[in-house]
Order: sequence, then C-alpha cells, then structure tokens
Amino acid sequence: MERHGLRSYLVGFALAVILTAIPFALVAMHALPPSRLVIVIAVAAILQVLVHLRFFLHLDLTTTPRENLLAVAFTAILLFIMVGGSLWIMVDLHSRMSL
Amino acid sequence: MFGKLTIEALPLYSAVALTGALVTVGGVLVVAVAITWLGAWRSLWTEWLTSVDHKRIGIMYIVLALVMLMRGFVDAIMMRAQQSMSLNSDGYLPPEHFDQIFSSHGTIMIFFMAMPFLTGLINIIMPLQIGTRDVAFPFLNSVSLWLTSAGAGLIMVSLVIGKFSTAGWTGYPPFSGIEYSPGVGVDYWIWALLISGVGSTLSGINFVVTILKRRAPGMGLMRMTPFTWTALCASLLMVFAFPALTVACVLLALDRLLGMHFFTNAHGGNMMNYPNLFWIWGHPEVYILILPAFGVFSEVVATFSKKRLFGYESLVYATAAIALLSFTVWLHHFFTMGSSANVNAFFGVATMVIAVPTGVKVFNWLLTMYRGRIDFHPAMLWTVGFVATFVIGGMTGVLLAMPPGDFLLHNTTFLVAHFHNMIIPGVLFGYLAGYMYWFPKAFGFALDRKWGARSFWCWVIGFLLAFMPLYALGFKGMPRRMEHYDDPSWQPYLLVASLGAFVVLLGIGCLVMQLYVSIRDRKATADVTGDPWDGRTLEWATSSPPPVYNFAVLPEIRDREPFLDMKERGVAYQRPAAYQDIELPRNSFVGVALGGLAFALGFAVVWHIWWLVVVCGLGMWVVLIARSSDDDTEYRLSAAEVARIEDARYRAMGSRT
Amino acid sequence: MSVMAPERETSSDAYQQRALGFWLYLMSDAVIFALLFATYATMVANTDGGPSGKSLFSLSNAALETVLLLASSTTFGFASLSSRTGNRSAVLGWLLITFLLGLGFVGLEIREFLGMIRAGAGPDRSGFLSAFFTLVGTHGFHVSMGLTWILIMSGQVFLKGLSVPVTSRLFRLGLFWHFLDIAWVGIFSIVYLPGLL
Repeated sequence: MERHGLRSYLVGFALAVILTAIPFALVAMHALPPSRLVIVIAVAAILQVLVHLRFFLHLDLTTTPRENLLAVAFTAILLFIMVGGSLWIMVDLHSRMSL
Repeated sequence: MFGKLTIEALPLYSAVALTGALVTVGGVLVVAVAITWLGAWRSLWTEWLTSVDHKRIGIMYIVLALVMLMRGFVDAIMMRAQQSMSLNSDGYLPPEHFDQIFSSHGTIMIFFMAMPFLTGLINIIMPLQIGTRDVAFPFLNSVSLWLTSAGAGLIMVSLVIGKFSTAGWTGYPPFSGIEYSPGVGVDYWIWALLISGVGSTLSGINFVVTILKRRAPGMGLMRMTPFTWTALCASLLMVFAFPALTVACVLLALDRLLGMHFFTNAHGGNMMNYPNLFWIWGHPEVYILILPAFGVFSEVVATFSKKRLFGYESLVYATAAIALLSFTVWLHHFFTMGSSANVNAFFGVATMVIAVPTGVKVFNWLLTMYRGRIDFHPAMLWTVGFVATFVIGGMTGVLLAMPPGDFLLHNTTFLVAHFHNMIIPGVLFGYLAGYMYWFPKAFGFALDRKWGARSFWCWVIGFLLAFMPLYALGFKGMPRRMEHYDDPSWQPYLLVASLGAFVVLLGIGCLVMQLYVSIRDRKATADVTGDPWDGRTLEWATSSPPPVYNFAVLPEIRDREPFLDMKERGVAYQRPAAYQDIELPRNSFVGVALGGLAFALGFAVVWHIWWLVVVCGLGMWVVLIARSSDDDTEYRLSAAEVARIEDARYRAMGSRT
Repeated sequence: MSVMAPERETSSDAYQQRALGFWLYLMSDAVIFALLFATYATMVANTDGGPSGKSLFSLSNAALETVLLLASSTTFGFASLSSRTGNRSAVLGWLLITFLLGLGFVGLEIREFLGMIRAGAGPDRSGFLSAFFTLVGTHGFHVSMGLTWILIMSGQVFLKGLSVPVTSRLFRLGLFWHFLDIAWVGIFSIVYLPGLL
C-alpha cells in the first residue's frame, strides 16, 4: 500500500503535466510540420495513458490482482481490433467511394 | 401532455393488428386474474419478483424466454402463411404489417428469447457448478432481469400502442432514419435494445466476477465444467461486445431525436458506419448465444454417454479461441458494401478460421459418444440432432464466408436458411437440452421423457422441412423478406416451408404437453436425491431444488468431475458434523422498481413525453442513490436453521432409498 | 470471537469482487469511448461545407480544461490518501476541491458548446459536428455523473464516517474519476490538437 502514497500522485501529476505541455506547446508554436506533430501527439498520449494507469489507477504488474490486469490487457487487444478494424474498413471504403 | 401519443395509436385500422393487440391484452388479463384467483400476489411479490436468489432469477429469465418464444413463433408462422399464399396476390398482410412482423420476429428471438434463455440457464446452474452460494452481485442480477423484462415489455406494448419498426431486426439506416421511418416503430426497437442491452452488460460483468472469484476451494480454472467455461467466455463477450450495440443504437437515436448526421444521406453522414458498429456487436453476439449451448451439449453428452468428456482441454481452448476470433470477422455481414479485395480477403479468411475450433468441438462430442453407453434421454436427443443438423449450417456458413459466394447469396433466403440452421439446432436445441437436463435440479421433479422425445422429433423434422427449401430458394434467387412475389416456381418450396413451420408448432405443443404432464405426475418423478441422471458435476451434489444457500458446507474440489469423484470416494451425501451460520443477500424491490422506471422511460422517449422522461430519470437516480447508501443488505441464516433444512433432506433421501 | 475472523476474510473478498466488477464496467465503458473515437476519426472530414475544427476549437480553452481535470485527479488522489489515514475532514476538503475543479471543467465545456451552437455550428450542422458533440459530450456527461457521485460520497463520508463500505465506494469512485482523465487525454490528443494543426 505504501507505494501508492503521496509520491505516486505527485510524480504522476508532474509527468502528466509534462506530457500534456509538450504537445500543446508544439501545436501552439506550430513548431513542426503537421505530419511530424501528429506523431509527437500520439506518442505523448500513449505515454500519458500509461502514466495515468500506473500512478493514478495504480496498475502494477506485481500487486494488482491478476484478473484485473487480464481484463485490462484483453481490453487493449479488443480496442486495437475494434478501432483498427473500423478505421481500416471505413478508410478503405472512403478511398473506393472517391475513385 | 402526451407527446405524440393520441388515440390513433390504437390498432383500430386493421383486423389482424387488432387481434394481435387483443390477444396481448387478454393474455395479461388472464394471467392477472389467475394470480388473483390463486391469491398469489403477495407470495409472487415477496418470493419471486423481489428475489435476488440466482436460481429464482434464472427461472424468471427462462419463463420470460418461453413466453417470448411463443410470441416470436407466432410471427414466424404468420410470415410463412403470408408467403405461401402471396403468389401474384396480396395475401392477408399489407406490406407494412409484414415488415413489422419480420422485424419483431428477429428482434424478439435474439434479444428476448435467446438472451434471457441463456442468461437464465447460466444463472441457475453456473453458481451450483462452481460451488458458490450466489453470484457475485445478487442485487445487480435482479436489476439485469428487470431491465431485460422492461425491454421485452416495450416490444409487447408496441403491439397495442403504435406500431413496431419495419426496418428489420438490424435496423439499417438510412431506412431506419427519421426521414424514411418517421413513426415510433424504430424508436420502440432502439429503446427496447438499449435498455435490455444494459441488462446484458451487467449480467456479463456479474458472471465473469462470479466465475473468476467465487469458485469453491480446489476448483482451478481447468477443473471448471465445460458449461462454466462457455458461460465465462460468453459473459466476457457480453461485457465487451454490448457497448458496440449501445453506441450504434445511441447514435441512431441521436440522428432521429436531435437531427444529427451520423448515418444520414446528407450533411456528411456515413451510413456504412452503422453496419460496422452494429456487427462489431453482432458477430460476437452469435457466439454469446451459441457458446453456452455448446456448454450444455458438452455436459449432456458426457452424462448420458456415461463417459468423461473427450478432449476437455481442446474444448476449453477451442472455446477461448472462438471468443477472441469472434471479434475479428464482423465485416462478413456486409461484404456487399464493396470493400477492397484485401479487406474482404482478411475477413473471409478469418471467418473460415473460426470454423476450425467449432469443428474441434464436433469431434469432442462425437468421440465422447464413441463406445459410450448412451441413454437417449430427450436432452441427449437434442444433442445428437444438433450435431447432425448443425454441421450442414456450418458448411453453408463457410460457403458464405467466401466474398464472391456471398455477393450472390447475400440477402437471399439462403442466408435466412443458414442462420436459422445455426440458431435453431445450435442455440435453441442446446437451450432445450439444458431445460430438460436441469429441470429436475430447478424444480425437484423430472420432465416427461415421452413428450420430450415427441417434441424433439417434431422440432427437428419441422426445422428441416422449413429451412432446407429456403436453401434451394436462395440458389434460385429469392430475396429474403418478400411480402409477395410473382415466380410460380417458388411457391412449392414455400408451401413445404410452411408445412415445416406447422410441424414445429406441433413440437411447441408437445413442449406444453410435456410441462403439463410432468407437473401432473410430479409425485412419481420427484427427485429426492438431487441426482436423477447419475451426474458427474457439482450441481448434482446438492438437493433438488437446492436450498437457498445451495451448499450447507462449501465442497472441497479434487477433480474435474467433482461429484463423480465424491461418489467414487464414497464421500457424497455425507452429513457434516456441524453447520455454521450463513450470510445471504436480502430480497429487494429496487430491481423491479428500476425495471419499471426504465420501461416508463423508454415508453416516454418513444412518444416524446419529455416530462415523464425527466420524472423517470430522476426516479431511477433517487432509487439508485438510496440503494447505494444501504449498508445492510444481508441477513444471517442460523446454523440451527441450516441443520433443520439439511436434516429434512437426509430424512427424505433415507425414506426413499 | 472466533467466528469474526473468517467473517472479515469474506468481506474483504467481497470488496475485491466489487473492484474487479468495477474494472470490467470501466473496460466496457472504454469500448464505448473507443468506438466514439473511431466514429469521430471517420467523420472528421465530413464538414458538409460547414466549419471545421480549425475555426471552432480554442487551444487555450482545451489547455485550461486539461489543467482542471488533471488537477482534480491529483486532488482526488489526496482524498484517497486522507481516507487511508482516517482523516475525515481532510477527505471532505479534498473531495470539495475535486468537485469544484470538475465543476469548472464542465462549465468550460458547456460554455464552449453553447458558443458553437450560437455560431451555427451545432450537432445537427454536419456529420463532423455530430461526432464531435457526441464524443466530447459523452465524456462531459460522465464527468457530470462523477460530480453527482462525489456529492453523494461526501454525504456518506459526512454522515457515516469512513466505514469499510464507504471507503470501498470511495475507492471505486476514484477509479471512475481517474479513468475519465484517460478518456480526456484521448480527446485532446485526437480531437483538439490534430484539429488545430
């Protein structure tokens, strides 16, 4: 229990602020070409989701019950299938509609 | 005051519709009068409607399923009658009414027959099989039941007030959009699905937690019964697939209510996203329905072949593989959308792959029977009939998995024959096998074998007569859902199909007779041991019907077939030295209240009665908040009381044997 | 007394079951959000000749909303910590701060929505705007539910104290609140930032 103490929330908050500030600042300054910025935004978002899971929701490979971890892992796979599949299907359809 | 609701909503415009409404209202009145005559309102309320006991909730689910099976079957026979007479003629149903009937038939059979049936079976049996006293969240279980019933109620009300959807059970836009379906039918459909869908999601969560966290000591995952495994996988699918249906229906409702443009023709709508979302739910749904049926077959085949199930591990892995793969095939429901070859090839191949684990299971069942001492109990008849007919449906499914084949057969009666071939022998035969197999566990007396066998033969012959001609008609190019047609060569096939529907009707009659005869003879077929079939799994270890706490002492599990193991070690039926107090959940009226409010909320949205929407929404909040602040939801059954119940059972057993 | 020991054991089991059940609920909610995100992504270009994100979104507003929500997640964390030490008034104080931060977030979002509707960019204007309002509105609806729940839990903490059932409910409320932060990370990374590129 001790490991989810005050430090956990403060570290989480600091990391989340940094990972938010970077993409917002870059977008505000138009510091990079859009195609590159999208990648930065995506990477920062994925990192920030992991930060939230670790420091706020306290997901931990050693202390969290195995069932809860499996539920999250299974969800990750399904979200990938559903979102990836939907985008693949709809983008493919779009490109064929605009031929 | 009453939104769009006026006196015109009553079905006074057509004799057929009026008859339907009168039968519905009359049925409700007859039931109400019968309850009053029996003076049973109080006990109905305190012992059943407010019950949070998983066994009673399960029974209520199955009662709902059987009632809705009748309603859905009436729809079916009406369609068959229409098509057998509507060659170059209007038949007896106007097109709009015919469309309502095929829409409600599909909606009812999937959501309000099959879903409650499987949820009921899992509810009654799974906690007994894993050796626990109740599901993880008994109160939530009651909420799920009443939300499902609220959805069913909305469908039934649409018979009397207003009309039902004409957009088919899948409700594709743009036809189901406000522009082409301005009436209330599609709204009835949306809100019935949304409300019961929440119930299904909650049931799924409840079952997953129960199975993962509440197994008796010693029951590892690989010692769970096949039925519990399939229940676990189906429940996971419920948790993760039903949100997709919720999204599809909510977006459609937003289009209809707030003029949004998700699926409209104009203003940047994208109607093909609807089939995409709908089938992300829809394909896993097929496996939600059929996996528990596979579980029933696996139990029945082992018990009545007097053999251990052949290849338990392969069956478990096949089930898990199906559960995951079921999320990777959804595009095959809309190949004709016109995706590029890569997309079609991926989903076509994935569809063929998913047939492999299903094939594995067929061999599990066949090889369990091989050299077994088979008792052709009705439950076993359903199982054998399933294997023989289901394989046909599997093969036609693989045909449809090929996009070029699908382009030809899409939306023909071939497709109708295919999915009925999966869902009648696969799903329904499985549930009926479970009904006949576990009936004595739920009620303490067995169902009549003779009428069960008669029902089986009527169903299987009726099914073959009703749907084999539809395969042929599909090859001849007959589209599904035709109100009338002008090709005389189709009519003979449709007449045979109608004959088939009539034979199925006889099968349903046999089911009713079976119930009547069995209740009449219940003294003779009473099950005092709790183990009528020389069972192998844990549910047979307790009495029939089980006491409210299921097991006086939670059993210690040593084997995959725990009860057979206990009988072989000679420790079955041993009276423990002492009993302990047992904590049990208190009954609660909150489930019924939430269901009633959800029903009124759905009705109010359908008819745009906004003040009632607000009242019901707030009412649900207040009830939920009150309930969530209640810390006193359990009562304690004293050890002495437990001892009294258990001793009575031992005395009954002793006097009989 | 000997009866008490196993009793406590079973009640901790019950709270573990509730935690798993709540995780499963959150995961099924995650599917809802994921599909709304996918729908948004496929409709973002369907502006029907109307306004697009570039002219509608405000970077500073989104940044402010993010700060409020992030801060509220942290203050909720402090409430959880205080509940562990049994400090009831601290729990109530942090819950109040969390509530106000969340209320500020919802206020900003309502202001943004009303501004867009007044400018003729309501949800019925185009497929893009339907998807935008539904996705962001679903998140806002969740936050509002969370706010109501915070009020209810504050009442329970105030009236019942930090009893075991109350603390367990507080824990699940925390999961819900932190989960909404994750959904918001998705929203600013998929809706606002790319929309303003």
